[in-house]
Amino acid sequence: MAWTRKDLLTMRELEPAEIVTLVDTADSLQEIATRDIKKVPALRGKTVVNLFYEASTRTRTSFEIAGKWLSADVINFSASGSSAAKGESFLDTAKNIEAMSPDVVVVRHSSAGAAELLARELKCSIVNAGDGAHEHPTQALLDLLTIREKKGHFEGLSVAIVGDIAHSRVARSNIHGMRKLGMTVTVAGPPTLIPPFIHELGVKVSYRLEEAIRDVDVIMMLRVQHERMSGGLIPSVREYSRYWGLTLDKLRAHARPDVLIMHPGPVNRGVELSPEVADGPYSVILDQVTKGVAVRMGVLFLLAGSKGAEA
Amino acid sequence: MTVRDFALGLGARGGTLVIRNGRVVDPANGVDAVQDVLIVDGVVKQAGPKLAAPEGATVIDATGKVVCPGFIDVHVHLREPGLEYKETVATGTRAAAAGGFTAVCAMANTTPVNDNRAVTDYILAKAQIEGVVRVFPIGAVTRGLEGEALSEMAELAEAGCVGYSDDGKPVMNSALYRRAMEYSLPFGAPVISHAECAQLSKGGAMNEGIVSTELGIPGTPAAAEDIMVARDIILAETTAAHVHIAHLSTSGSVRLVRDAKARGVHVTAEVTPHHLVLTEDAVRTYDPNAKMNPPLRSKHDTEAVLEGLADGTIDCVATDHAPHAMSEKEGEFDQAAFGIVGLETAVPLLLDRLVRPGTLPLGTMVARLTTDPARLFNLPGGSLAPGRPGDITILDLERELRIEPTRFHSKSRNTPFAGWTVTGAPWMTIVNGHVIATAAD
Repeated sequence: MAWTRKDLLTMRELEPAEIVTLVDTADSLQEIATRDIKKVPALRGKTVVNLFYEASTRTRTSFEIAGKWLSADVINFSASGSSAAKGESFLDTAKNIEAMSPDVVVVRHSSAGAAELLARELKCSIVNAGDGAHEHPTQALLDLLTIREKKGHFEGLSVAIVGDIAHSRVARSNIHGMRKLGMTVTVAGPPTLIPPFIHELGVKVSYRLEEAIRDVDVIMMLRVQHERMSGGLIPSVREYSRYWGLTLDKLRAHARPDVLIMHPGPVNRGVELSPEVADGPYSVILDQVTKGVAVRMGVLFLLAGSKGAEA
Repeated sequence: MTVRDFALGLGARGGTLVIRNGRVVDPANGVDAVQDVLIVDGVVKQAGPKLAAPEGATVIDATGKVVCPGFIDVHVHLREPGLEYKETVATGTRAAAAGGFTAVCAMANTTPVNDNRAVTDYILAKAQIEGVVRVFPIGAVTRGLEGEALSEMAELAEAGCVGYSDDGKPVMNSALYRRAMEYSLPFGAPVISHAECAQLSKGGAMNEGIVSTELGIPGTPAAAEDIMVARDIILAETTAAHVHIAHLSTSGSVRLVRDAKARGVHVTAEVTPHHLVLTEDAVRTYDPNAKMNPPLRSKHDTEAVLEGLADGTIDCVATDHAPHAMSEKEGEFDQAAFGIVGLETAVPLLLDRLVRPGTLPLGTMVARLTTDPARLFNLPGGSLAPGRPGDITILDLERELRIEPTRFHSKSRNTPFAGWTVTGAPWMTIVNGHVIATAAD
C-alpha cells in the first residue's frame, strides 16, 4: 500500500495495510545494518530534527542512527540547556525550528497530544516518538517487526502486556496495532495500574500474572516507575516484584515453552523481570532494539524519502 | 451584537421606553403572550396588551421577537482586580451585554482575592464607572481562598456580596465549611460549592473514562464531584444553610441533589452551557479549549444534567465565564489553563442546541436564566412585575449566527465553539431602561 500520510502520530489512526507497509519497509531496510558501509543515499539533503523534551537514550539514538544511515542530516535538540530551559514555550520552540526548514521533526514530550499539536501547527512531517501516556508508534512497530520475524505471522497470535498499563504509551500503541492485525491482547497488572474502561479497546483484563501469561505467544513486560509508589498506586517495589515480577520459575510453570519475552526498556532488573529471564533464551529484548533502527529508517524513508529516492 | 457606550452608574437616570408587540415570556408571572412592556425611569411600570406610552418614550418594535426579563449569569469571572490581562469589569460586562445578560455575579478569585470589603468596594466602583450591566460580587468563603480561616463574611454581605465561594478551589476542610454555612445563616446569601475532592482530582485534566484512557490524559473521576456534593448536602442538612452547587456536571450529582431537594434540604444547583452541549469526546483533538473544570463529561452525564435542568433539579444555567489569555490556552493540553469564555455563546447555544430541537421548552430556558437565579441569590431582577428593574433581554429565535471569537467583546477568545453556526440569538439587551446592546446596528 502506498504511503500517503504527512505524519506518523498514532497507531490508532492507521489502517492495517498501512501498518504492514511500515513493517515491510522496515524489514527491507534491516539489511543495511549488516553492511560494512552502513550508508545509503535515500535521505541525502534531508534534515531530521530530534526534538526531545524527555530524557531518552534508546529512542533518540535509534532515530539518529536511522537518519544517518539514510544520509539525512540529523540534529538533536533536547529541552535542557536550550531555549526551553529559558522559558520558551513548546510551540514557539517548534515554530522556530520549523523556520529552519527541517523535513521531519521527531518529537518526544511528556504531554499527551504533543505530536498532534505539532502536526497541526507545522508544515513539515512529524513523527511521534512518545507523547505522555498516549502513544509511541515506532515502539509498537518495532515490536511488531520483532514478533513477525520470530513467529512468522500476526493473525491469531496472543499477547499479554503486563505492568503499568495506565501510564504506558507503549501499551496503548501496541494494543491498537496488535488488534488491527488480528492478535489477541490481554493486559495485566494490579487494578490500580489498569486504566478505566480499557476493555473497550478490545482487550481482556487480568489481575493475575499466572493467568495472564498462560498459553500466550508473547509476554510484554512493562517498566514500573518508582513514582507509582509515591502516588500510592502500589504499596512497595518488593510487593510488586513478588506478585508481578516475571521469574524463570513462573515462566516455566505457567507459560508456553516457545513464548517470547519482550520489554521496551529500560529494564528494572529484579523488579518486573528477573535477570535470568531478561537475559535468557526466551528474551528478544535486544532484537527489539536492533529492529528499532530499521523501523525508524522505514518511517523516515516513507515520510521524507519516497518522492523519487530509492534506498 | 453592538454594545453602546453607557455606564450603569454615574447618575445615569433610568430610561423610559415601551417595547411593543413582542412575545413576552416572563415565567415569574406565568406570562407567555404577545404584549407590550412599559419601562418608566428605569423600572418596569407595566406589562400588558396595547399599553399607552408616555410622551417622549423610546419605542421599540419587537414584533416577531421574544421579550424576557434580563438574563442573569450567577457565575462569571471578571478577573478584575489583578488579572486584567484576561478580562476587566469593562470588557466582561460588555461581553455580558452582547450575550444577552443584564446582570452577572463576579467570582472572588481575583488578585487580591475578594475576601474583604475593600476589594468588594473596588469591584462595585469599577462596575459603576465602567460596567454596562449589573455586577453582584461573590465574596470568598475563606481568606485568600486558602481554605484555612473564614473571610469576613458579615462585612462582605454588608458591602454587597450576594453569595460566598472559593470557586476554582474546593474547601476541603469539612469543619471549616460547616462553620461557613452556619455563619452565613443571617445573611440570606448562599454558600457556593465548587464540588471537587482535591485528592481524587489531583493531576486530572479531563474526565476519567474511556476517552482519557485512549488519549493518555490523566482523568478526574466523577466521584471527585459526587463525594463533595454529597458532603455539602449533608452539611446543608446539618446547618439548615443554603448551599448552591456550582457547575454541576455528573449524573451522580444530579441524583444527589434531586434526592436532597425531595427531603427538603436547602440545596440548589447550576449547570453550564458547555456541560449541556459538549461531551468528553471534544477532547479528542487535544484542543486546550476543551479543557475545563469540572471537565466535559460522558454522554450519560450530559443527558442527566439536561434532564435535571428540565425537571428543576438544577435551578439555573450559569456560564462559568473563565477568560484566559491565548498563551494560556494553546500548546500542550495538560499544561493549559482550565476554563472557557461563555457570556457571548451561552444564549445562542441554548437556543440552537436545546430549545430549537424541542429538548428544552423556551419558557423553561428563560426561567433558568431569570426568575430562578434571581430567587437563589436574592437579586432584584428576573421578573417583569411592576417595580422590578427595567432590565430586558430580547431574543430573535430566527437570527443565524456564526460564532466568531474575533468579534467577542470579551478580552479573551478561549472557546471551543469557534466556527459553530447557530440559529437563535439575543437581539437586544436593555439595562435600567437603556438599550445597551443590539444586533441591528
